[in-house]
Amino acid sequence: MKPSDHTPIMRVRDLTKTFPVASSGLDRVRGLPAKSVKALTGVSLDLLRGETLGIVGESGCGKSTLARCLVRLYDADSGTLEYDGTNVLGLRGKNLRSYNRRVQMVFQDPFSSLNPRMTVGQVLNEALAVHRLRSSREIPGRIQELLELVGLPKDASERLPHEFSGGQRQRIGIARALSVEPETLIADELVSALDVSVQAQVVNLLLELQERLHLTVMFVAHDLRLVRHISHRVAVMYLGRIVELSSTEKLFSSPEHPYTQALLRAAPDLDPSRKNTLEAVHGELPSPLNPPSGCAFHPRCPKAFERCTLEVPKLEARGLEGHESACFLYEPSSKFKLNLNLLEKP
Amino acid sequence: MNPQTATTLLELRDLRTVFHTARGALTAVNGVNLSLHEGEVLGLVGESGSGKSVTLRSILRLVRPPGKVSGTVLWRGTNLLELPESRLRKVRGGEISMIFQEPMTALNPVLNIGEQITETLQEHTNLSSQDRNARATELLELVGIPSPKERLKDFPHQFSGGMRQRAMIAIALASNPKLLLADEPTTALDVTIQDQILKLLLRLKDTLGMGVILVTHDLGVVAQTCDRVAVMYAGRIVEVAPASELFAQPRHAYTLGLLNSVPGAQSTRRPLIPIPGAPPNLANLPPGCPFSPRCPYVTNACKLEQPALQAISSTRLSACIHFDRLEPVNAQPPPEVQP
Repeated sequence: MKPSDHTPIMRVRDLTKTFPVASSGLDRVRGLPAKSVKALTGVSLDLLRGETLGIVGESGCGKSTLARCLVRLYDADSGTLEYDGTNVLGLRGKNLRSYNRRVQMVFQDPFSSLNPRMTVGQVLNEALAVHRLRSSREIPGRIQELLELVGLPKDASERLPHEFSGGQRQRIGIARALSVEPETLIADELVSALDVSVQAQVVNLLLELQERLHLTVMFVAHDLRLVRHISHRVAVMYLGRIVELSSTEKLFSSPEHPYTQALLRAAPDLDPSRKNTLEAVHGELPSPLNPPSGCAFHPRCPKAFERCTLEVPKLEARGLEGHESACFLYEPSSKFKLNLNLLEKP
Repeated sequence: MNPQTATTLLELRDLRTVFHTARGALTAVNGVNLSLHEGEVLGLVGESGSGKSVTLRSILRLVRPPGKVSGTVLWRGTNLLELPESRLRKVRGGEISMIFQEPMTALNPVLNIGEQITETLQEHTNLSSQDRNARATELLELVGIPSPKERLKDFPHQFSGGMRQRAMIAIALASNPKLLLADEPTTALDVTIQDQILKLLLRLKDTLGMGVILVTHDLGVVAQTCDRVAVMYAGRIVEVAPASELFAQPRHAYTLGLLNSVPGAQSTRRPLIPIPGAPPNLANLPPGCPFSPRCPYVTNACKLEQPALQAISSTRLSACIHFDRLEPVNAQPPPEVQP
């Protein structure tokens, strides 16, 4: 599917989120300052109507925190979040519920996100009733429609979550999200817990539903191969920041940021004849409790120079059009705002 | 390495591991025959519940009751399954070492890393206490832990995930093993750290001349690290082949299904080719080939009798009746078959 147009439906600007860390009694006696994890340190991106935006990164990079901030499961500390022209961070009560209906989240582990004591029918019924989308007489019919939509058997509504396999449970999670007719789905590691053969079934379902229902999807995952397969554009995160954002094809064929390059090299290739004996990148992820100065990747970066240790590079267009990266190796190509119409059509 | 000339290090014959549960007997490993050559990396792949980890644990009799292991595990001429416990302990952690998926649960949280390495050295070598400490430092250095002498005094919780896995490898290598059993050693790690650990394992394998059995569900990891691959499904080995040949053309319908399910580099936003259905319940296997209910190539013959794992070339084994009719990877759709 092609994105119907290139207008942003969601605009995120300089979003930050910090989690306090409980300090030990000893630290308090010593008078050390309270510690905090900087999960997001200024994330800006646009989610375009009808597109699939992939968010990749390793554990602790902030990708799940970002997803949760976008659906207001977490409250961001600062920054702005606009959805379809509305300031989302200021929403409360009825307006927040209405936003949550339009933007739905699907979680990684369908077993812990489904109530074990509620049948699938009850789960879907609750979602439909809370948002008053159907009269109580129409609800059973709608539930059957939803089950059919995600490829679950008809009798599924009478059964409890534990009676289903992992792939089927993920379908239940998707059915619940879709029950309220959302415009946007935020999928956090949707298929990571599934075996590869079942993963493909759920990915196909997602692609098909997106087409049929004209959904905008943000697909958060750590599996590069998968993200490449389903995304129109991809954002790479490292330690609370987006370091590169581009159309999928350009990101995978000509990555700019050294971290993206390392990530792509580290992902094991399915072709045994293309073996690489050199390590893609040395060192480990720094602690988000104490992130490095300047560019967070500089201690591991083979190309780092002095400026990288002092200044934080901004995410902006630095070479190819429609390709933004946050690396001093590339000079910003222009001061103009990125022209979204120049984006390569997927 | 040419399997014909290489010496066999380990041989599994009709290995069978059954868990007797209240709901009946579950056969997790169902007659596995497999051999490993010296200096070889053998990948054991399959999805969850296929029996790959239980197979690995059965080799060292690490299966807890109600699990029961039978068959033969031939290690340099002795059957490990018949060895008395006292002699098995010399092999376990000595000639054969094992590393696990989650180093935090496999390492002892109340002993520092140095003690955990020297413990192995004390059990399996004749080194003096002073030499053991020196050797422990050497081992940490070998697995790429910076300032090893200082880190010996650290406890597992002071290490990051990748460092813990390195420490576990150091402990496993302390006894100079001839065989390393690795159970999903990188599954819990991030991709850049996984890459480091796999390359470390390959380097160590070459310098120390070990054989390695690597259990994983990640086909990319298999392609990048293994010389030969055995594919498991429902407790049985369904295909064995050199890695390069397996990825070029699978000779079992299940292997083909697995490779098709993985998104390729070129197939952007096209539907993937999944395997329909779900893996079978081990307590209630279908008759004949266990993959037949999900198989696009299935014929009546598949449902009658479980096909045996047979040699189909000088290097390959397959338990698929239709091994010579399978399509190339990513060619869709599978052909219509008259039953």
